[in-house]
Amino acid sequence: MMKERSYRDSVHFWGAIWDLSVLAVLILVPVALCIRYEAWPEIGGVIQGFIGVAPIFWTVGCIEVVTYVPMLGTGGSYLGFITGNLTNLKVPCALSAMENADVQANSEEGEVISTIAIAVSAITCTAVIALGVLLLKQIEPFLNSPTLQPAFDNILPALFGGLAVVYVSKNWKIALAPMVFMIALFILVPSLAGSVGVLVPVGAAIAIAAARILYKAGKLD
Amino acid sequence: MSFNPNDGFLYGLTAVVIVIVIAQSVFFLARAMRRARQLGISSATLKNTVLSSAVFTIAPSVAILLGVIALSKALGFPFPWLRLSVIGALTYETTAAASAASAIGLDLSQLIDDPKAFTTIAWVMTLGIIPGPILVPLIGKKIESGVAKIGKGDLKWNEYFMAGLFLGMISAFLGVVFADVTKGIVGWIPVFVMIISALLMALCGAIHKITQKKWITDYALPISMLGAMALAIPLTSFITAAAGGAA
Repeated sequence: MMKERSYRDSVHFWGAIWDLSVLAVLILVPVALCIRYEAWPEIGGVIQGFIGVAPIFWTVGCIEVVTYVPMLGTGGSYLGFITGNLTNLKVPCALSAMENADVQANSEEGEVISTIAIAVSAITCTAVIALGVLLLKQIEPFLNSPTLQPAFDNILPALFGGLAVVYVSKNWKIALAPMVFMIALFILVPSLAGSVGVLVPVGAAIAIAAARILYKAGKLD
Repeated sequence: MSFNPNDGFLYGLTAVVIVIVIAQSVFFLARAMRRARQLGISSATLKNTVLSSAVFTIAPSVAILLGVIALSKALGFPFPWLRLSVIGALTYETTAAASAASAIGLDLSQLIDDPKAFTTIAWVMTLGIIPGPILVPLIGKKIESGVAKIGKGDLKWNEYFMAGLFLGMISAFLGVVFADVTKGIVGWIPVFVMIISALLMALCGAIHKITQKKWITDYALPISMLGAMALAIPLTSFITAAAGGAA
């Protein structure tokens, strides 16, 4: 018990140091550009552009922290929120790794498997992008080929279709209510597609409420 | 001062940031590996986790690379490379860059060679996505304690609670696949791709049951994802042609 506390505490300690340091470096990037090119931006333009994205992306950012931290664990969260591409890469990668290793998300075993999956994913992703940029002349015709376009347009359905089978088949009774709700919602209001991140906690709240009702009624055993 | 978004200085900055973030990943990876061994997790499980995570990452990374290429037409290569390798997400970076460009009367259809415009866009992209890295150190521990309390007395409920959390996220992303179905048969393509992916996953499960080969489940997600992406190509071509013929 003592060991578990000390491992998680040390991950929190180092995670906070790394995250805040990297964040400082990221903020220093535009500062360095302004100094190097003697080009400070117009405050009005920054504020106007910021207002265009902050209401949605700050809200989604806050929601993602509350939703994904319990799934990814301590180390996975510190790493995932710095290395980015959470929904389309890091979260499915961590969930799949924990499922394959047969460990619970909020156990210490789940914590380390999630961290390993996210770290490997971050390193691989960086390597693929670096290779892609370096070999761009050779691979650009292939990547921009109209023939391949449908494959890249459908990456999220291809990802979540497979992932759904794993989780829905194990807990279909819990999955029914949020799935019916979300499918109906997006058919009725397709414009919400751009705000799917905001709807993740709504889906989670419905699923947890359904789970609680079914559990109390003894229908989940 | 003349400005080129593909300047060596920008490549240098990108390299520095990427090296720091890779160092962070290696740091966490090494600690997690050490802890995993202390917890008695087998070497085979750890090896499978590393390999299957790496394989799974390739296809989404190519999609991210396409995002870098798309943004490079306006912002050059290094800055989108930095943003999408480190903190950003495909959906966010393009929106943020477009919002900032429009605020200063530009768009992303041509190379931004005005340094003031470039730094304005860089600031908006940077400031628009900072809540996550700030909030995790601030409230991450409290969230974990809250979740731990939920399952403390009742392990079974804890399991269902976590399943609910996962299923809520999966439901939202399954639901969004149906957003275009009212546009006719072409709008159903993502739904069909999702079904193909689900069928491939089920097939992997069935093959695993018959053969008892563990590697099949380890690679089932990349197999179903890549298979569905590959089949999306003839499917789209067939449906588009059929819809065109019907029209």
